[in-house]
This record gives sequence, C-alpha cells and structure tokens, in this order.
Amino acid sequence: MKHLDEFRDPKLARRLVDEIRRTVSQPRVLMEVCGGQTHSLLRHGIATELNEVVELIHGPGCPVCVTPAEAIDFAQQLALEPNVVLASFGDMLRVPGTSRSLLDVRSRGGHVKIVYSPLDAVDLARHHPDQHVVVFAVGFETTAPTTALAVLQAATLGLKNFSLLVAHVRVLPAMEALMQSPGCRVEGFLAAGHVCTVTGFDEYESFVQRHKTPVAVTGFEPLDLLNGIRECVNQLEANQCEVTNRYARSVRQEGNASAQEIVSQVYEIADTPWRGLGVILKGGYRLHGEFEAFDAALRFETILRRVDDRSNMLTVDEQGSQTGCPAGVCPSDDCRSGEVLRGLIKPVECAAFGTRCTPDSPLGAPMVSAEGACAAYFKYQRTI
Amino acid sequence: MRELIEGTILPRFGHDSELRAPPDAAVLPQVTGNLAFTTDSFVVSPLFFPGGDIGRLAVFGTVNDLAVAGALPLWISLSLIIEEGLPIPVLEHILESAAAAAQEAGAQIVAGDTKVVPAETADGLFVTTSGIGRVLPPPPLGPETLHVGDELIVSGPIGRHGIAILVAREQLGLNPPPETDCACLLDPVQQLRDAELLFGGRCVVRAMRDATRGGVTAVLHEWAQACGQTLSVRESDIPTTPDIRGAAELLGLDPLQIACEGTMLVAVKSGTGKAAVRALRNSSTSRDAAIIGEVKKRGLAPVSIQRALGTEQPLDELSGAMLPRIC
Amino acid sequence: MCLAVPGRVIRWIDRDPTFAQAEVEFDGVRRTCHMACVADAQEGDYVIVHAGVAISRVDEEQARLTLADLARLGELDESSEPPA
Repeated sequence: MKHLDEFRDPKLARRLVDEIRRTVSQPRVLMEVCGGQTHSLLRHGIATELNEVVELIHGPGCPVCVTPAEAIDFAQQLALEPNVVLASFGDMLRVPGTSRSLLDVRSRGGHVKIVYSPLDAVDLARHHPDQHVVVFAVGFETTAPTTALAVLQAATLGLKNFSLLVAHVRVLPAMEALMQSPGCRVEGFLAAGHVCTVTGFDEYESFVQRHKTPVAVTGFEPLDLLNGIRECVNQLEANQCEVTNRYARSVRQEGNASAQEIVSQVYEIADTPWRGLGVILKGGYRLHGEFEAFDAALRFETILRRVDDRSNMLTVDEQGSQTGCPAGVCPSDDCRSGEVLRGLIKPVECAAFGTRCTPDSPLGAPMVSAEGACAAYFKYQRTI
Repeated sequence: MRELIEGTILPRFGHDSELRAPPDAAVLPQVTGNLAFTTDSFVVSPLFFPGGDIGRLAVFGTVNDLAVAGALPLWISLSLIIEEGLPIPVLEHILESAAAAAQEAGAQIVAGDTKVVPAETADGLFVTTSGIGRVLPPPPLGPETLHVGDELIVSGPIGRHGIAILVAREQLGLNPPPETDCACLLDPVQQLRDAELLFGGRCVVRAMRDATRGGVTAVLHEWAQACGQTLSVRESDIPTTPDIRGAAELLGLDPLQIACEGTMLVAVKSGTGKAAVRALRNSSTSRDAAIIGEVKKRGLAPVSIQRALGTEQPLDELSGAMLPRIC
Repeated sequence: MCLAVPGRVIRWIDRDPTFAQAEVEFDGVRRTCHMACVADAQEGDYVIVHAGVAISRVDEEQARLTLADLARLGELDESSEPPA
C-alpha cells in the first residue's frame, strides 16, 4: 500500500540500524510513547536489532490499557441494561474491569457492538430509535475528534438515544507525570505521530526545555521508527535537545486546526484517572456542559453510582504513588503493570509475567491489548 | 417436523437407487483399501456471507479434511440444529448450496438429522457434517517427518475467510465486502497426485493441512510441535489479495492468524517446492500457490517469521477472539 | 495507540462540515470516511484515516523528502565504507 510499503524497505531499514549502532557511544534509553509504535518495534524485530545500544521503554500510549477499571465496570453494567447497546472498539472488549471483561459480559447476553468508527454508532442509534446507544469513548487526542464528531452529528440530528461514556486521555500530561516519577530513566522520547497529527508539536517545546530530553515526533512503520530513534540518538550524542518532526508527511507543527476545533467544541480538559498511573492533572477530557445530554455518566447516574459503590476501593491514588498498582486498579497484588506503564521495569522483570499472567489470563491491562507492553513482549520477545 | 424433513430437506439430496436407505441408516457398499473418517461442526454468524454460506462451508470443511488426509470423499452426513423461527427459504437456500457443494466434491450426502430448538438458544442454524473417504495410497507422510530444509507452500492468498466473516458480522462498511476463500481442495491435491508428487517412491509431500481456525500460524505451530524443528516463513512471500491487505491494515489484524476455508499449507521435501508449486498452479483453486518458507533447525521459537528487517521473529498463535484494533 | 492508515480519496460524497464524507480506498477495499478535518483534500489525494475519520492529508512532498533523505544516508554509508 502506498505510503506504507515504501516505509518498510528492508535495505534502508538495515542501513538505519547500522547507522544508529555506529552513532551510539553509550547505551541510550528511549521511550516510544505510543502502543502502536511498541507493536511495530517488536513485530519487525527493531527492538531486538538495537539490543545493547538503545533500550526502548514502552510508554503508556495504549488507551485500552490505561482506561480505568471503574469505567469498564460501568460500561459492562450499561451493556446489561435492557434496551441499551454499548458500542466499543474491538480491542477494548478483552480488557478486564474489576472482575471480568466486556467479552465475558457479551457472552452472557450483554449488548456489546463492535464498531470501527464512533460515527457508525450514530447510524446505529438513528436506525434503532427503540435502543439507547452508548459509545465507549476511549483513546488519545487522535481519537477524541472521532467521538466529538459523533456528538456533533447526534446533536444535529436531535438524537435522544445516543450518549458517550467518556474515558479519553491526553498524552503530554502523562509524559510529564512519567518524567516526574522518581527513578525515571528515559533520556529521549519518540512522540506519538498520530496524536501529533491532531495536536501538532508546539506544546512539546516547553517540555523539552524543562526536562532537557529530545523529542522526535515519530510514525509507525519501520523506517519511521528507526528515523525517530536515529534523531534522538544523534541529539543525545551531540548533547542537544529539541523537538523534531520525523513524521512530516502526516504531522504539521500546528497540527490539524479543524480537528482541534471539533474537540474543543465538544470537550474540555479535565483531571483524569489513568489505570496504573493514578489521576493525572489535565490528563483527559470531559464533555462541555452544553453537551451533557450526551453524557452517559449523567444519563445513567444511578447505574454509575451502583458501580462506584461496589468498587469504592478502586479510588485511585494521587499521581506519583510508588506502589506497583494504585490500590485495586490491578486485579492482583502480583501485578506490576503500574511500574511497566511508567517504564520503571520491563514486563519480563515482573514475576507473574508469562507464568500467572498471559494474554489468555491477564492480571493487568498491559497484558490484554496487543499494544499493551506486556502482551507485546509476550508475543514477540518471550522466546528471544 | 416430518413435513420439514420430507418437504424441504430430503428432496435436495437425491440419493442414487443403490443407496436408497432404510430410514435409520444409510447402507454403504464395500470399498477396497483404507477409509478416512472425519467430523466437524459449523457455527457461523452471519449464515450467508460474501462468497458462501454455512451449507457450502460445512460440506467443503469436511471434504477438505478428507482431501488433505489424501482421501477422496465418498459419503457425507449432514445434521442440522435449527433455531425456531429460521425462515424456511433461508434453510432451503442453505440446503441447496450444501447439495451443490457435495456434488462439486463428487460426494453424496447419505444421512442426516434435524432438530429444532427454541428461539434464542442457537444462532439461527448449526450444522454438523461427517465424511467418509477412500484413502488413495500412500497418504502424506505426516508432519512428524518434516526435516530441516523441507519447503513450506501455501496454496493461495491467506486470511480471506476470517476477514470476510468479521466484516460481514460487525458490518464494518468495507466495499466491496471481502469474500471468503471457501472452496474445495480436492483439485489442488489431485494436481499434486497427477504430477506424481504424492505417490510411491517420488512422494515428496510430507504434510497437507487446510489452514482453518487460527489461520496459517496455527498449522505452522501444530507442525512445529510434531517435528520438533522451527518452521520459518518470509512475510514478503506470502500471497494476499489487495482487499485483505487493505482490510487487515485498517483493522489492525495479521492475515497469518486469520482463518482460511479453501487454502492449505503443504510441506514438501527439500528441493521439490518449485515442482509442487507448478503442479498446484494448474488448479484454479490454487493458482496463486507460493513457497513461503522452510523448515530450519529448532531455534528458540517453534515458528518464526522474517519481516521488514529480515531478522527472524517469533510468530505466535492468536490468543482469544480476533478483534479489530483501535490502537 | 491510534491505528491510522493512509488511503486514497476516490470521491467526495458530502461537503457539510458535520457530515463531510468521501469514499476512500485502502488497497483493495473502500470505505466511507469522515472528511471534516481534511476539507482541502482533493480526489486522488491520500489521507490518513483513524477510526473512520481522516485526520490529515498526506504531504506527498514530505514523504518524498523523507525517503530521499534516508536513501542519501545509504549512499553516504556505502561511499564511506573502505573498499573491499
């Protein structure tokens, strides 16, 4: 496919690997922020190729992994309500809440519909006026415009049977929290190319100056990733730090103004709990007051309260908590997914990894999604 | 019920007079040589999907299991569990396509059973088929005999059935809707026979297997376990169709892990891959057959793949349900 | 996060900002995608689509430059290697 295949060229990839290996004077520690990047790095064997010269720490950029268990529990309750359909992205279905996943709920008769796009859920609501369609709105800044558009469409159509369970998160505040957590070893970042496509990268300038770490806006194909890694490594070797754009075919400095406008019309920035990381200041979005009619948390408040009561032990710690998992966020004490999400340990350093915790029976969220750092490790690196 | 069976079902499976059976069992004539016997149940939603339906799927599924065991299918049984409320025309359509599939495979449907269950207790229709076939000697040697250097062949573009079903079931809005590869594998196997690759002293086929649930990856793992070596494939050599490539990128899926229903993996002795591919390409069902890898000395992973960087990466089986990704 | 794939705009269907739609081709399949964030995209252009919404128009010139830059790296590489 055009604009994918060219960026998978094995010969160029090999040269980039060689170039990076030649440049590095000491082992470097980089974080790829986005789960899609983790997937691609491991799938194509890039992480293995750069073993010993560049250690890649997998960042928190897997939205299904950082969606709080309470939100998943709430989604499950909604799916079990009569005449309610929960519309969700496919990979969200496997993620465990406090005790079970949406897939479990679906197999017990819960109404869970997989959608490719939140806009498909608007059509669903339009064609089934007797059903209430709730979109499980997860994802980063990339995905927020898609659910915001769904709200705008539903508002224009005057739909009364459509709402959102908003669990969107913002990536830069999470990077900020990571840099502030004690023990953070990250020397440079591969910023998430599709997030930056929407947001641009102006706001990374002050981050770079504050933390003196290079940030390379990076795409997802092997050449893109290697190009971003090369950029970070070059800067580190030259003792520089700046924001550079290594995904210029998609990302402009100012981002996508229309997408930003759509998001700010519908959402406002809010402090938000992240699974495994705790509440992150300005770490997510909530619906503006004028769209509260589309807020599932308000429409189904009694159900939400029921879920909250049942799982009040799930209240997350303040950010910076040093426990492996903020109280109750992970279903098991054995699970160190909080540390994995912070880049403090690699998945294989967790005693449960690959034994008590596997993709078939995950203890923590990063083992669930294919993009989760633990699942990606399990899939691609277990035997290496 | 009797009306359903006598009016709708039986007329679609015209038995020849020699087999006209007493009501409880088909009486089958004697066959020389070994018999192969297999059974499989089919649960698929939706019942009709681009390129096929559950009737055709159920017959070819069993026929293909016989074909890759080196057998010619002779007789098939077909049992239906029908959910109350399934429209009769739907059932008729499915039965007709099962009958047509059996005819295409040269097999007869000689026995069957029908049960009706209350609404909401079955997903429209479940079908179970069993098949008896005559083994044409000698059958493939078996995956335990795979040796270092043996070549791995896939008979056509992969991942088509699973994607077709997913896109149809979840109404993902792709156009044209991807089609299943649901097809009969007897002809491709026959091409190997005709090229004298499956017989006697020149027998070079070690193993054949239709890549159904779990796709090509699942078969590779099964064989790797049987032979104790590493099965290694090259991503760039694996045939795919443009619609499956596009759909797999959009949905974040790996075609290697997606079910096929008319595509098989063939393992042949070292140095004979090209001849086997030439033979397979004589059949329209396997005209895109290709060598995709080889058997290597057991490394750390049972199955490995070379992707963009050309380094060997472990290729794991899909765990759990196949779900489209957002991230 | 954020699986997004480049596809070619085949034809515009609707220009209304809230309901902007075009048919977009991804190798062998097409899908209707929302186009409000890439209102300037022409038929034949490539757009990057995430969850049914086009989030950017591919800058062909930048794509070419990136590849040229990487290819040059290879050439430098070869010329700097000592002769065999």
